[in-house]
Amino acid sequence: MIRTEEMLLNVGPQHPSTHGVFRLVLKIDGEIIIEAKPVIGYLHRGTEKLAENLQFTQIIPYTDRMDYISAMTNNYVICHAAETMMNIQVPEKAEYLRILAMELNRVASHLLWWGTFILDFGATSPLLYAFRDREMILNLLNELSGARLTYNYMRVGGVKWDAPEGWLEKVRDFVPYMREELKGYHQLVTGNEIFLNRTKGVGKYSKEDAINYSLSGPNLRSTGVKWDLRKDEPYSIYDRFDFDVVTREDGDAYARYECRLAEVEESLKIIEQAVEQFPQEGEIMAKVPKILKAPKGETFVRIEGARGEIGCYIAGDGKKEPYRLKFRRPSFYNLQILPKLLEGENISNLIAILGAVDIVLGEVDG
Amino acid sequence: MDLKLYDVTDAEYEEIKQNILFTSLEQVKGWARSNSLWPMTFGLACCAIEMMASSSAHYDLDRFGTFYRNSPRQSDVMIVSGTVTKKMAPTVRRLYDQMAEPKWVIAMGSCATAGGPYVKSYSVVKGVDQIIPVDVYIPGCPPNPAALIYGINKLKEKIRYEAKTGKRVI
Amino acid sequence: MSGEKDLEQLKKEAVAKAKAAAAAKRKAKELAESGSAKNTVDDADDLARQKAEAVAKAKAAAAAKRKEKELAESGSAKSTADDADDLARQKAEAVAKAKAAAAAKRKEKELAESGSAEPAASDEDDLAKKKAAAVAKAKAAAAAKRKVMEQAGESTEAGDDDLAKKKAAAVAKAKAAAAAKRKAMEQAGESAEAAEAGDDDLEKKKAAAVAKAKAAAAAKRKAMEQAGESGSAEPAASDDDDLAKKKAAAIAKAKAAAAAKKKAAEGAGDGGDDAKAKAIAAAKAKAAAAAAAKAKAGGKAAASAPAEPEQPSPNQKYLDKYVKIITEHLGPDVLEDSYINKLSKDVPTLVAKPESYKKVAQYLKYNESLGFDYLSELHGTDFQTHMEVYVHLYSYKNRQSVALKVKLDRDAPVIDSVQPLWAGADWPECETYDLLGIKFTGHPNLRRIMLGEDWIGHPLRKDYEPYDVEV
Repeated sequence: MIRTEEMLLNVGPQHPSTHGVFRLVLKIDGEIIIEAKPVIGYLHRGTEKLAENLQFTQIIPYTDRMDYISAMTNNYVICHAAETMMNIQVPEKAEYLRILAMELNRVASHLLWWGTFILDFGATSPLLYAFRDREMILNLLNELSGARLTYNYMRVGGVKWDAPEGWLEKVRDFVPYMREELKGYHQLVTGNEIFLNRTKGVGKYSKEDAINYSLSGPNLRSTGVKWDLRKDEPYSIYDRFDFDVVTREDGDAYARYECRLAEVEESLKIIEQAVEQFPQEGEIMAKVPKILKAPKGETFVRIEGARGEIGCYIAGDGKKEPYRLKFRRPSFYNLQILPKLLEGENISNLIAILGAVDIVLGEVDG
Repeated sequence: MDLKLYDVTDAEYEEIKQNILFTSLEQVKGWARSNSLWPMTFGLACCAIEMMASSSAHYDLDRFGTFYRNSPRQSDVMIVSGTVTKKMAPTVRRLYDQMAEPKWVIAMGSCATAGGPYVKSYSVVKGVDQIIPVDVYIPGCPPNPAALIYGINKLKEKIRYEAKTGKRVI
Repeated sequence: MSGEKDLEQLKKEAVAKAKAAAAAKRKAKELAESGSAKNTVDDADDLARQKAEAVAKAKAAAAAKRKEKELAESGSAKSTADDADDLARQKAEAVAKAKAAAAAKRKEKELAESGSAEPAASDEDDLAKKKAAAVAKAKAAAAAKRKVMEQAGESTEAGDDDLAKKKAAAVAKAKAAAAAKRKAMEQAGESAEAAEAGDDDLEKKKAAAVAKAKAAAAAKRKAMEQAGESGSAEPAASDDDDLAKKKAAAIAKAKAAAAAKKKAAEGAGDGGDDAKAKAIAAAKAKAAAAAAAKAKAGGKAAASAPAEPEQPSPNQKYLDKYVKIITEHLGPDVLEDSYINKLSKDVPTLVAKPESYKKVAQYLKYNESLGFDYLSELHGTDFQTHMEVYVHLYSYKNRQSVALKVKLDRDAPVIDSVQPLWAGADWPECETYDLLGIKFTGHPNLRRIMLGEDWIGHPLRKDYEPYDVEV
């Protein structure tokens, strides 16, 4: 008999996967993982404590840096929470600009996820394709808001800048280009046998588990729960657009992969419709007082981000700073299922499972 | 550092044509090291995405000879990109110690330079130079990939300058 | 003493005559046009009246003193009383003489103006005749004025009538006379013009001011009625207040105008006229301004007073359903509070007591009709008096959200963990423990996930002092 011993393997905070500073302490027996303990907190920057001394407009740049891959949705969640609390109506044109920004950012985020997911499997060219297309989107958003990654674009009551000349035409031209590229990506990767072997049946969980562990976003929809906050609790003007909610039945890594790529297609549909319906005239900012005071009380809103449900809780007490600001960050909740998923798995599947959950460590907040 | 051919006499020009180079060994070493900087993949936060973008198709870093290595033992330069928290600080120090000489550090972004927007936070180290010696600081939040490339070029200049003159640039 | 009585009687008669003469003159002024002579005469009459009043007062005081003296002593006081009486009599005679002189002057002036010679008579005759003459003249002047006004297209009679009516209405309740007020408003314009035409009587001014007040009140009321504000009592009340205040203001203004008039009379006659007109205009302007301010204040008050009825939230029935089911099954006092959070998209919020928090959460999850199977958010907050744990739940079956809160003691915050119910509460509870110090009993693995085990303090508390500030 071969005597085996358990080994403690530290998939340390610095590891070649681009997910960030995330540490997994694995107890392995040969190649089989017996227990996995994630350790987070390496990027805990104390945004919530800082927000207690900042006015709402000053908190918006901090929200960018939380989920830095799709920063527009973070901007939106705090603006939406403040607007819900203070009952501010956002003008039409601002809503359309917000929708365009958020959906473009969703496409960019999914592209980055796709590139790094495949990179973890060892294929380097999809990363370059993904980043090439991502650069196009980032250029568009750069024209709109002035920054490539941390936009600080939305304000409570509207947006900061109007779309410059010719921007809408560029967005309109981008959509068919992206569709072509998406077709190419499917041909390149989705039917690839190695890829299918590595992702089909890997990291499977059931619908009940998903709901129990508070998963959201594509992680939830890949198990068959048809739930998208854009359709089911519509916020902003999402109820004017015609798009589907993509679900799959399997609940494994491949299902999540397919969900996300299909979501890119749906986002492109939304972008097309938004560009068609775009109002040429209008205010981009509602009439809000220069210093916003949070009324006494609390509010909790949630929106559909790229990774799941982003929520924002504001407790105010009449001052211009919020008394308590808390973000419900999807990656934080999505990551809780990881120890359960990893039990009994091979180490080689670890990266696939971790990649398919799609976490951003800034959002897990360490 | 650049080869200037403006003030060269004919005689010298003939020599050059014969491919003879006078230099010192240190300068050769400096030239070799600077042109093949192998960074360690040390992305912490948002700046890491810009680092990835700068090494990807649009702003290719590979043409400069920078080739990302995962292990600290095999890398020359550590690009600290992102916020360094107090929980992560010992790891950063350990990784720096594990790198083999000669090694350099680039502090990318304002969080690594001086704490950045999180300077008032309770859990952020206010600048990575409190832990490790930094050679080049790149400002920005996050810096454009072009700014990162400029910073890397500055590091290359510094390597060659130190090699040529033997003086240590602080 | 008969002598004293006679003296007193004489004095009284003199005083009464003086008063009557002054009243007659005032009446004459009301009806007649103003003339510079009348001003001076008026002033003189006023002066005379005041003098007479003062004299009467002095006499009364002297009489009282005399009586005292008589009571105290007898006989010796008489001489002094007589002296005093004599003095008083002399004063009275002097006053009467002054009055006579003034009346004579007036008569002469009237003669000069009207062009008819009238024999100078004795004081009393003169006074009576003058009264009659003044009345006649006033009537003639009024008739002439009326003719002028009719030519101008308005009726002074109506104006006169209006004045009376306005006075009456000012006393009566304002609400009942809405239409009359409107008419009064129209006619107030006329009466104002009448005043402008030259009437400078105090009472007329007062009436004009009151009329203006009524007009402003009527306008305000109309505006308020048009705006559809409720509470007609309010405008009425404000109107009454308005009127009372207007009256007081008008009286004050009239006094001021009288003082101005006196000054003007002491100067040139024409200047007096202008001054009077100016005073009238100033009074009018002040009244108008006051009316405007009142209108504004009244409008604002009326606007802010009626609160809009609160619309019941569409989620109220859900809240009631949850409260009913929970109190049915768990007892009536498990919930501390339950309300709809209007700021947060009308989410039903239940505040449980710390002892019953776990049971309520269990109920929310496992009951078929409630079925909250999805935990959306769990976090803690440090209100300085207490700590709070906020849980946001969602039910996929019923597509409804609910928020569950529980208040904890700040010094030793301990609460049950809901991780056995919702596995997704694992890390949020660890985070809450880490950053706030709330301990969750029954949690399988409570640890400091964000900050590390060797961190001192709980940062998100309001009284957190960083341990290592210098780093």
